[in-house]
Amino acid sequence: MTFGPAELICQLLVGISRSMLLFIVCAGLSFVLGVLRIPNIAHGTLYMIGAFATFSVTKMFAGSAGFWIALIVAPLLVAVVSLVAERALFCHLYQREHLMLLLFTFAISLILGDLVKIVWGAEYKSVSAPALLKGSISILGASFPRYNLFLILIGPLVAVAIWLFTNKTKIGKISRAAAVDREMVGVLGINVSWVFAIAFVIGCYLAGVGGALVAPTVSITLGMDHTLIIEAFLIVIIGGLGNMWGALVGSLIFGLTHSFGVLFWPQFAIVFPYIAVVIVLLLRPKGLLKSVW
Amino acid sequence: MFKNFFHSKGFGLVAGIFIILFILPLFAPRFYVYILALIYVTSLLAMSLNMVVGHGGLFQFHHGVFYGVGAYAVALMLTKTSLPMWVGFIVGPVVAAITGLIIGWFCVRLTRLYFGMLQISLGSLIWAIVFRWYSFTGGDDGIHGIPMPSLISSLNSSYYFILIILVVCLILMYMILKSPFGSTLQAIRDNSQRCEAVGINVRRYQLGGIVVATFFAGVAGVLFVALERSVFAEMLFWVLSLEIFIMCLLGGWFTFAGPILGAAITVALRTFVGKYTEYWTLILGIMLILVIFFLPEGVMGFFQGLFKPGMKEVAERGK
Repeated sequence: MTFGPAELICQLLVGISRSMLLFIVCAGLSFVLGVLRIPNIAHGTLYMIGAFATFSVTKMFAGSAGFWIALIVAPLLVAVVSLVAERALFCHLYQREHLMLLLFTFAISLILGDLVKIVWGAEYKSVSAPALLKGSISILGASFPRYNLFLILIGPLVAVAIWLFTNKTKIGKISRAAAVDREMVGVLGINVSWVFAIAFVIGCYLAGVGGALVAPTVSITLGMDHTLIIEAFLIVIIGGLGNMWGALVGSLIFGLTHSFGVLFWPQFAIVFPYIAVVIVLLLRPKGLLKSVW
Repeated sequence: MFKNFFHSKGFGLVAGIFIILFILPLFAPRFYVYILALIYVTSLLAMSLNMVVGHGGLFQFHHGVFYGVGAYAVALMLTKTSLPMWVGFIVGPVVAAITGLIIGWFCVRLTRLYFGMLQISLGSLIWAIVFRWYSFTGGDDGIHGIPMPSLISSLNSSYYFILIILVVCLILMYMILKSPFGSTLQAIRDNSQRCEAVGINVRRYQLGGIVVATFFAGVAGVLFVALERSVFAEMLFWVLSLEIFIMCLLGGWFTFAGPILGAAITVALRTFVGKYTEYWTLILGIMLILVIFFLPEGVMGFFQGLFKPGMKEVAERGK
């Protein structure tokens, strides 16, 4: 096994770009967990819908404009799906215990998964990156895909946007308050049901963004939701439930251990993130950063 | 413990069902014999989960791992070693129980959702290793064509083997749940603080419950190998664990036999609806939503509630 500093840096950047994708999805999951207290397994399926929708929209337009339009349209589609699910089903179940909610969201994910199969079929799909982001650049002689660089740039942008939303807008502040004490928010004359709906839709929108962004880097297929959602849950738990910065830290731990695992022991690369998660949970069972629960 | 049961109408019903199931392979087509055997295996798995979830109140999120570990242990014993074949059948559940002891030892320090999440991460660790260790576990291909002892080499004989083991396990589980140990476990579920206050070592009892449940999950894994003669990495994936959870929910958490019904519904749905349409999980999902909305105690719990009003209160208390 020989690798120089160039490979190390490349692998570090690959790890960070993968972490950014995970972060965008996990921030949404964490937001929903924090405000609504719903462990939403369907989040992964919404991410998958985002990726499939990106495929369809990209195909509709010629050239690289399709991808940029898809980046806006696909998450909106996911948001609409989640709004319908929330208003029709979820809003009747907020009083139920977590276990019930977890199984309920699993039922939703089963249904949505089959709907994806009906709409898009069971074949692999792939999306090509827009011309601007195709190819790779050279870092110390090693080549690094441009698209991953784009992901590294967009991750912090999303983080800042979420921070601005939760700290500077009224609805964001209300939803943070609802996360801490939903009864008190209700007493103040705020319609908590709609706050929850908005928070849920925003969380799911982020799943859609993640799905759209991941589309050019993987083959889009049924079952991609299953692998993602388990990682996302573990990330949210090790970061601290409902804490956005925790989601960022957790994603970095997960992404970096995996990418360095690829470098050192490729066969067992997927094992390393789980080891990291187990170590964190044994040392800090409630997560690294403060949880809102 | 059985005195009342032997004289009740329920005993006659149960005994009647088992007699019918025993003579069934004599005239039923092979396909149905196979499906029934699969239902038995799945039932045992679901019941073992319900021991800790329904009766113990633990968030055992990754129960499938112990099922898979039991199955892999026996599969590896039968294919890689030359020990007597029946040794593997004992090793499977024991290895599963030891895995349960190790994972449970870490998990019982935490409660509820955190308990479940730690278990998922530890279980996924095992899944990831099995999934990638091609030279030892066959990786994502699994192990196929596992040789079986000649006694259970035909479908009918393995059917009887599975049915007999299932009955033995059901009796054992019933005895465990009615024993002081089982009652303590249920008391911890209902009020763990009070149990702690009267001097019960809550964690030790929970750990004991996990070991017992994982042992039975291992038995289910062994029976699966006896039926299918193959193992694959999906047995340890978390989706299967949630499917077992669904079976318990469909049948009813707080009933003894509920998970059997849930497992039968799920397997039958996959087999018979799966024949007509590939979208059977859509129907499962819709059924699950209906159950959650209208029958939160599950199908069995609902019927018991109709006949025994007291049961409903027990179920309510459990929440």
